[in-house]
Amino acid sequence: MNTPSAAAAGATAPAGRQRNRPGVLPGFGISMGYTVLYLSLLVLIPLAALPIKSAGLGWDGFWDTVTAPRVVASYRLTFGAALVAALVNLVFGMLVAWVLVRYRFPGKKVLDALVDLPFALPTAVAGIALTALYAKNGWLGGPLEQWLGLKVAFTPLGIVVALIFIGIPFVVRTVQPVLEDIEREIEEAAASLGASRWQTIRRVLLPSVLPALLTGFALAFARAVGEYGSVVFIAGNRPMVSEITPLLIISKLEQYDYAGAAAIATVMLVLSFALLLVINLLQGWQARRGGRHA
Amino acid sequence: MTRPDHLTEPRWVRGLLLALALGFLALFLLVPLAAVFAEAFKKGWELYLAAITEPDAWSAIQLTLWVAAISLPLNLVFGVAAAWAIAKFQFRGKQFLITLIDLPFSVSPVVAGLVFVLLFGAQGWLGPWLMEHDLKIVYAVPGVVLATLFVTFPFIARELIPLMQAQGSEEEQAALTLGASGWQIFWRVTLPNIKWGLLYGAILCNARAMGEFGAVSVVSGHVRGLTNTMTLHVEILYNEYQFSAAFAVASLLALLALVTLLVKNLIEWRSARPEPASAPMEAMAAPVPVRPATA
Repeated sequence: MNTPSAAAAGATAPAGRQRNRPGVLPGFGISMGYTVLYLSLLVLIPLAALPIKSAGLGWDGFWDTVTAPRVVASYRLTFGAALVAALVNLVFGMLVAWVLVRYRFPGKKVLDALVDLPFALPTAVAGIALTALYAKNGWLGGPLEQWLGLKVAFTPLGIVVALIFIGIPFVVRTVQPVLEDIEREIEEAAASLGASRWQTIRRVLLPSVLPALLTGFALAFARAVGEYGSVVFIAGNRPMVSEITPLLIISKLEQYDYAGAAAIATVMLVLSFALLLVINLLQGWQARRGGRHA
Repeated sequence: MTRPDHLTEPRWVRGLLLALALGFLALFLLVPLAAVFAEAFKKGWELYLAAITEPDAWSAIQLTLWVAAISLPLNLVFGVAAAWAIAKFQFRGKQFLITLIDLPFSVSPVVAGLVFVLLFGAQGWLGPWLMEHDLKIVYAVPGVVLATLFVTFPFIARELIPLMQAQGSEEEQAALTLGASGWQIFWRVTLPNIKWGLLYGAILCNARAMGEFGAVSVVSGHVRGLTNTMTLHVEILYNEYQFSAAFAVASLLALLALVTLLVKNLIEWRSARPEPASAPMEAMAAPVPVRPATA
């Protein structure tokens, strides 16, 4: 058993296999196999149904379906409202992250924890709560309409409000850790070189949080584009005016227009892919930035 | 930690920024949350209790618990398997695999529900076969479970992958050279290291599973007492203008959200602190990263 040649053979055999094996620990085959199987059955194969089903329309039918005026109006509304909401979250998310990292005030821990509320609160609950608030007889809707003549519930503005709520945590949670990691010495150096506080913020701090800020913006935008639960209650859902794309998919489905629903969903899927790609690129940029600062 | 004057803003600027940030959070977070409870108790305790104990509400609560009880373990096993494969081994296409796991986060919930209707619905690919065998998936409970599985799919894997990557596999390799079997390594070395991350992912996964609305709404068919989850029950009550009842059931979901946030913060607090000396392995575990669940 313990002859030198056997030991040598035993030593070379695993070393030889090493090149093709992904690692020394057991369980690669089973965990990888299970991962790919589960991913395929639950996500990839079902998603493949979308382009295949919409292919049944033919190219012209597909194009006509996804560029019908009512559908185009819904894209404009969905992407427009998502963009406005994400911009609001960009500004206020940065502000909230700044305040949470830099300033001391009572109740800070509780507020910090509550920032994640939109992740934890079911979207339907958020939807009916916001609708009740901004309706004509609601706490906020009444005064807004009386004093400013502003209607929020059942208008595109209401959609923006719901999407702001949904997007709050994204910018805060991407910017917060980056802001925490910025070393005080960097600001010291800027100040000692004669930079005013505003110059330090604009020229030193803002560039370091920019990748995180844009990542948070893109995440909030991507989430807002697909959002359904919080929007349907407050939107009013009038065709051409306040009907979002996900709702249009549902109404196609209710009319048993499966191929039409699949066609619009395919467009949304392609756009989510594109957004996912952008987010990945932004996160890569952020990782490189982080590496430089570390 | 207070900062010296040259490293912070003038007092009035600080006050202004603080007021703006707090105003924003109050307006968009606290007021809606308060509105849920205020509306729920508007018509008094009796109506509240009646709304959450009536048979349809009760069956919706039960279905929601069942759906979460089925999807959570399945996604837990997947999350651990995926994180093990991705974090402990080198292979080509790893980044691509991670992107695919992220996919359900960026797909609209409505699209997630739609794909299962296309597969299993009456006009779907498997529809005729299912009908022949008297099986119902869409507009029945299995569809609700499938849609929930889809939307909650990445939560645990996404929490564990960066955590296990940061931890590396030196400890597991040490256990291997000491003669431990694969399962022994997992149970004795890996699991204690990742338990907080695992719990963190499970909490977020559970909150989403119980609160999912869009995807479930497409596949459930809204059969009262049978395929209605809590969120769908809220929708039906709301659309029937039974606002107080709708908000009563919604307040249970809001409570669930608050408990989720509480537990999540306890885990963050717990895992960020060094462990006592009796558990040296745990002390090496990286703190659970604070980041959006949908990152």
